[in-house]
Amino acid sequence: MRVVLGEDLYLLREGLARLLSAHDFEVVAAVGDGPALLDAMLEHRPDVAVVDVRMPPTFTDEGLRAALAARKQVPGMPVLVLSQYVEQLYARELLADGKGAVGYLLKDRVFDAVQFVDAVRRVSGGGTAMDPEVIAKLLVHGSSREPLGTLTPRELEVLGLMAEGRSNAAIAAKLVVTERAVAKHTSNIFAKLDLPPSDDDNRRVLAVLAYLNR
Amino acid sequence: MSELGITGRRRPSLKERLLFAPLRGWALIGFGIWNAVLWALVVTSASMVSSMGIGLLLLPSALTLLRDTANAARRLAREWGGIEIEEPYQPVPLDVATAPGLVGMLRRLLARVSDPQTWRDFAWAILDSVVGVAIAAFAASLVLYGVYGFVIGILWPTLTNAGMNDWYGFVHVSKSGALTNLRWATFPLGAAFLVGGAYAGPALIRLHGRWTALLLGPTANARQAALARRVARLTETRADAVDTQAAELRRIERDLHDGAQARLVAMGMNLGAAEALIDQHPEAAKALMAEAREASAKALTELRELVRGIHPPVLSDRGLGDAVRALALDSPLRVEVTVDLPGRLEPAVESAAYFAVSELLTNVAKHAHARTVRIDLWHRDGRLRVTCVDDGRGGAGVQSADGAPGVPVVPGGQVGQVGQRGGGAGRGSGSGLAGIERRIGTFDGVMAVRSPVGGPTEVTLEIPCASSSAKTSTS
Repeated sequence: MRVVLGEDLYLLREGLARLLSAHDFEVVAAVGDGPALLDAMLEHRPDVAVVDVRMPPTFTDEGLRAALAARKQVPGMPVLVLSQYVEQLYARELLADGKGAVGYLLKDRVFDAVQFVDAVRRVSGGGTAMDPEVIAKLLVHGSSREPLGTLTPRELEVLGLMAEGRSNAAIAAKLVVTERAVAKHTSNIFAKLDLPPSDDDNRRVLAVLAYLNR
Repeated sequence: MSELGITGRRRPSLKERLLFAPLRGWALIGFGIWNAVLWALVVTSASMVSSMGIGLLLLPSALTLLRDTANAARRLAREWGGIEIEEPYQPVPLDVATAPGLVGMLRRLLARVSDPQTWRDFAWAILDSVVGVAIAAFAASLVLYGVYGFVIGILWPTLTNAGMNDWYGFVHVSKSGALTNLRWATFPLGAAFLVGGAYAGPALIRLHGRWTALLLGPTANARQAALARRVARLTETRADAVDTQAAELRRIERDLHDGAQARLVAMGMNLGAAEALIDQHPEAAKALMAEAREASAKALTELRELVRGIHPPVLSDRGLGDAVRALALDSPLRVEVTVDLPGRLEPAVESAAYFAVSELLTNVAKHAHARTVRIDLWHRDGRLRVTCVDDGRGGAGVQSADGAPGVPVVPGGQVGQVGQRGGGAGRGSGSGLAGIERRIGTFDGVMAVRSPVGGPTEVTLEIPCASSSAKTSTS
């Protein structure tokens, strides 16, 4: 799988490149600033781009902007955004086009190589990978709001795990229930959020979007 | 402010000369007449104080009317005449402004009567009905009289037959129904009035503004007193700023010392131990390394929180608008945010406003029992304004005396001080609001709270600041 890397800190960039190469990814470009990242993403059309939010030249949200711009030109181009901190605002901006294939993780998550690589794979496969911290904030007080207010606590929990990007099997394992039970929860969630039947992946993205938009 | 002054001095357009100046003249005549009425009103209610006592109830309203009128005159002088007039009133001490009941009312009356500017306003009201009206009359009539010169030159028989004056200026247009030789003189004379009026009109309006400034502007004494108050205020806010900053630094130092620093030490020790063990007891070494990794994650989390408290990244990334939107998303309440900012503001103001909003939202969530909050941010006339309205149970801050809720912003805002809070009637959000006030006080910002019992609560912040339009907010 071909990857474009955008990260301005040399050590982290090399570390990420090594990590991904070790897991059978091919790093086709590793760049260190916003404009170069956008160029690389548009030129290489990678299977997934792993992008740091803060990069030169302005050291603000360069990486995020580049990722959003690239996805505007190539809808649904898989992007995994890494950051020192997570903001719901940015998560919503990433998900706003409803195309999925986005991830938004704290840089710390790189520590757990297996989970991180799993997240990269999920994103390149069109899924989502939201950082548990984004989800946790939503779980604290998202439940009082429409239309999520109609969800049961269990369904909210399932939705949160779904937003993190976990499959039904993974959710079942995490909650120690059967996969059938999870499937029932998810179809309840889809019904309550009024999501029309379509392929499961897309509905999952839309559910997460509804979740973030509250 | 200064831009308005410049506006007043640019060359007036023809429309301004021929249309606006006369219209404004008429308006100012009306204003002068109202002043005479107002003056009589104040005199009447004042005389009733000694004879019937009912004046005690009337006088405050009459004086408020007088002050509002004077302020309206100042505004007109600025907008029409381009003459900037500061409000020279003395700020009312806070305990007086918020004292309850009849006693409070009397103390406020006393404060108002003992302000020398109130007496100057009073004198101005009666003098303006003569001097102001006289100046305005010229502005109002010159152009019109010029037009009339042409009208009478053409329509003289109709007009004189209708019983109107057959003189125009010094020109006797007709004598016993017959045209005089001078009839044609009305045209050049009318033209002269027209040109003269057009030329003098805006200048006359400006003269009227100068006249207003003469009595309504600050005297040298008042100016000095205002400066002294300003120095006292600056000294106070500077001390606050220094204290706050020192406390912040201490907090950061403590957080680093007890948090990230301690975890790094533990990590180092764990790694050292792991290094020693790795050959003989690889399993134990593995466990130690896992522990070290965990400690590094925790240290990162703590650093992240710390950074958020110093300067939230989203604020430097996106500016105040998006940073407040991010706050709204993180709040347990339903928060609507509208932003009308021209670009990025001064970084220090952005930061102060951000933390103020953050504190407001925390306050609302803690004390107000509100369900929804509306936050508006906008920037106009070199001032950032933030309003935060919640649908909670109200009762924040202190009740002011006359039953009007909330703490008034003292006129002459920049030197005024607002709000002792957290009094008996408050809902315990006092220290939070006081903290916000201190924070924005450093920037000459002011805060006003309206919070009747039963809600809604509205907090308004106003901070003078420039904006740079170089970078605009996305979304």
